[in-house]
Amino acid sequence: MKSSRLAKQEVDEMLALEHGLTADEYRSVQAHLGRVPTIEELGVFSVMWSEHCSYKSSRFHLRKLPTEGPRVLQGPGENAGGIDIGGGMAAIFKIESHNHPSYIEPYQGAATGVGGILRDIFTMGARPVANMNSLRFGAADHEKTPFLLGGVVAGIGGYGNSVGVATVGGEVCFDSAYNGNILVNAFTLGVVARDAIFRARASGHGNPVLYVGSKTGRDGIHGASLLASSEFKEESEQMKPTVQVGDPFTENVLIEALLEAMRSDDLVAVQDMGAAGLTSSTVEMASRGDVGIRLDLDCIPLRDPTLTPYEMLLSESQERMVLVVRRGSESRVGAVFARWGLDCTVVGEVTEAQVFRADHRGRTVVAIPVKALTDDAPVYERPMRMPVRAADLGRYGEALDFRALAEPKDLARELLDLVGSPNLCSRRWVYEQYDSFVGGNTLAHPGSDAAVVRVRETGGALAMTTDCNSRYCALDPYAGTQHAVAEAVRNLACTGARAAALSDCLNFGNPEKPEVMWELVRSIEGMAAACAVFGTPVISGNVSLYNDTLGSSIPPTPVVAMVGIVEDAQRIARAGISSAGMTLVLIGGGRPQLEGSEYLALRYDLRGDRPPVVDLHGEKAMGDLCVTLIENGICHVAHDVSDGGIAITLTEMCLEGSGIGCSVDLQPLDRADVALFGESGCRIVLALDLSVVAEAERRASAAGVPFRVIGTTGGDRLQIKVGTPSASGATQVDIALRDLRERREATLPAIAAGTWGRQAHAA
Amino acid sequence: MKWGVVLFPGSNDDRDTLYAIGDVLGHAVEPLWHGDADLKGADAVVLPGGFAYGDYLRCGALARFAAVMEPLKRFAADGGPVLGTCNGFQILCEAGLLPGALVRNRSLRFICRRERIRVESTATAFSCLALAGSSLEIPVKHGEGCYVASDSTLAELERERRVVFRYADGAPNGALHDIAGVANRAGNVVGLMPHPEHAVDPLLGSTDGQVLFRSAAKWLTSAERKAG
Repeated sequence: MKSSRLAKQEVDEMLALEHGLTADEYRSVQAHLGRVPTIEELGVFSVMWSEHCSYKSSRFHLRKLPTEGPRVLQGPGENAGGIDIGGGMAAIFKIESHNHPSYIEPYQGAATGVGGILRDIFTMGARPVANMNSLRFGAADHEKTPFLLGGVVAGIGGYGNSVGVATVGGEVCFDSAYNGNILVNAFTLGVVARDAIFRARASGHGNPVLYVGSKTGRDGIHGASLLASSEFKEESEQMKPTVQVGDPFTENVLIEALLEAMRSDDLVAVQDMGAAGLTSSTVEMASRGDVGIRLDLDCIPLRDPTLTPYEMLLSESQERMVLVVRRGSESRVGAVFARWGLDCTVVGEVTEAQVFRADHRGRTVVAIPVKALTDDAPVYERPMRMPVRAADLGRYGEALDFRALAEPKDLARELLDLVGSPNLCSRRWVYEQYDSFVGGNTLAHPGSDAAVVRVRETGGALAMTTDCNSRYCALDPYAGTQHAVAEAVRNLACTGARAAALSDCLNFGNPEKPEVMWELVRSIEGMAAACAVFGTPVISGNVSLYNDTLGSSIPPTPVVAMVGIVEDAQRIARAGISSAGMTLVLIGGGRPQLEGSEYLALRYDLRGDRPPVVDLHGEKAMGDLCVTLIENGICHVAHDVSDGGIAITLTEMCLEGSGIGCSVDLQPLDRADVALFGESGCRIVLALDLSVVAEAERRASAAGVPFRVIGTTGGDRLQIKVGTPSASGATQVDIALRDLRERREATLPAIAAGTWGRQAHAA
Repeated sequence: MKWGVVLFPGSNDDRDTLYAIGDVLGHAVEPLWHGDADLKGADAVVLPGGFAYGDYLRCGALARFAAVMEPLKRFAADGGPVLGTCNGFQILCEAGLLPGALVRNRSLRFICRRERIRVESTATAFSCLALAGSSLEIPVKHGEGCYVASDSTLAELERERRVVFRYADGAPNGALHDIAGVANRAGNVVGLMPHPEHAVDPLLGSTDGQVLFRSAAKWLTSAERKAG
């Protein structure tokens, strides 16, 4: 190999360090090659061995997650995972982060996050039918929040609306812990016939490699290796040019052209050019198929003819894909893309020798054994240390004796403050910027416990939700992650869906900090244990590390994107009360507590020292009961109790429905505010017709699920009576729905306008 | 009767429109490719929603040059029923088949929600079966749906009862005169920002959009009667 001699720039350890490799890793690169790498090879190693592409800090621990089950058609390792949803159909889905780009350039960062996850789905042959987003911003009154919120939401809408895939759900949270490092996690679900799933496994020596989609430019170079795989510093702002620019129109036609091309037998493998672009897409395809790929860089369609081979290999220009097709079918495949106005060019071929090779103007600039870039990439079992409470990372709370806290006198006012708080207020300002109708299958729109999308081919539907309470995870990553899984299952159950599988997006800080590594590992272990109880394998996902800014890590944020199956699209439940005279019932045995609650954080600026107790088996039994009641037509209205406690649940049930109020009598607890705003897992409120209450109770009793009638629906007020042992009479919350609605709707527009903090101070 | 639904690159609601007309209403329908100057013998044509050619330029500014638009203009001039929804409405305005233009929403934000629209005129191919003054619940979803026209055009539209649909609770996008949809003078070409194809299926909520498609069938029958 003479290529190294020809490299213009001299490669040495210093340059390797600048590329984000460690000195040890650079020595290992030289050992793999038996020589000094070329500058292009150094670039290739730096991206393929980056945390973002190699999962080198997490891979060892991710093996603990259950990835198999009777429904699993495709587990981790492909563009996305897939499950059998019956009727010969499959659902393909995945969640992925786009955190750092979205902080630097919120519109394009979020837009290209959506574009990237969409490509992971349709490269599997599935038509994307639903998007969701899990978003975490800094404090609602932080100076950058309006800019970031507005930009991210506009970017998600700008891309998703134009590409033509419904955005049906997600979550938005505000917490000062994300002031310098917001989280933007994008999820897509697609549907495909189960025998038509496509995989990205290159094969067939001599088969041509085709490049389709947009031309290659200089955008996004080192997005994966440097931007996504290191901590944020002040100069990270200067990395704005590494953020790609999205083109949803090209993606829209790419979807149509590719799905059309896949109907023939001409395609062998398809892979999105995502992080690390041309390099990672071709290397991963070759690695899965145990073959090599040779690229002719002179054939790459370029926006600018002066691009160097290094730039071509590392560009992260959007809306590009590589295909391997059967030899001789190039022109047929090309004609399909041409009809849709897309470039389609032969840029290389599959080779028997398992080498990733790239030639440019008559010289070989890259020749690396494929497995050195994939299977043989470094894996680290990094040191971990349980954080010392209230010290190390400065996030762990203190043991709380809440009896020392003055009990509020005006509970109605407390409720109004909670209803209008940034994390519990209406998300309308966000979701009205997303097209949730396109596709014509959305049964439950944003604002539901889970979104529900009909599958016409099966007569059933798919429910989906994203969940994570990072406050719980900060207190205890093991239990907190179990809560995230349990809440997802509960949200699905409230629509009538049985949880089937999940995709996870593990957002954590710098794994080189032993405390962060401990959080990551405990979180994975908690998820594994919860998934075992619910029978929900993890079929795809993404790990986003180095979410640190100026040395401070985000709280552990393992976002769970769970998908469930509804057997009959006609039998789903909704969160809103649909008529007067219904009986309200609380099922599940969760015991509310103030520690870790939104109320405690908001009212007293305290976190406590432990999240609510997790009862996985109780959750499972309760969820199963809820789905059975819905499937049998006994229940049509269900809503889970989560952040903000049962008072918030009841508020939402009144406001999300036909504007019908309710009157509720809560069991006395130590304090009225614990009963109203305390949080726990394992609680769901149902609204039942009087005629079926006895039947529901009988089924609950048979299933061993606590069941208690708490009130009735009717009127246009929310009335809650709470007895306390200490007080002489019952405390009464009695608020007009109109007032609740007003408070609930006013907050997010104010945050977006940057007037939220000012209003709060004025009041 | 047979429907044609034009498919531009970047159209999004074409499949939903085909489903609404074909599967829900049971009419014959087929897609029409933007690059073919051929309406394939369709009796009525829909320009669906979406972002034709990406709409990176002014909405509909490129789509109006598509090959399919030539036969479509002749078809419209001959009295053939043409419905433009959302992006389709924008394209009809750009092509000069309908007056006025659609500009950025007053809020400068995309807006997706269910809206009530009032039927203002039943003298068109897509409202002749509706009840004048009745309200239809049909979703809107657009970033550029603010209807504008010169004062004289607006006066003419009002005088000639060519405002077909008006937002019943105030325009969500700042449209002048709360206009949601207008017709040409003959009443055979109608454009509106709301999406009737998203309001046809009882499982998904409202079925108020069905009346637009049913109207076209009646319009054609009575047109035949007149011709005969």
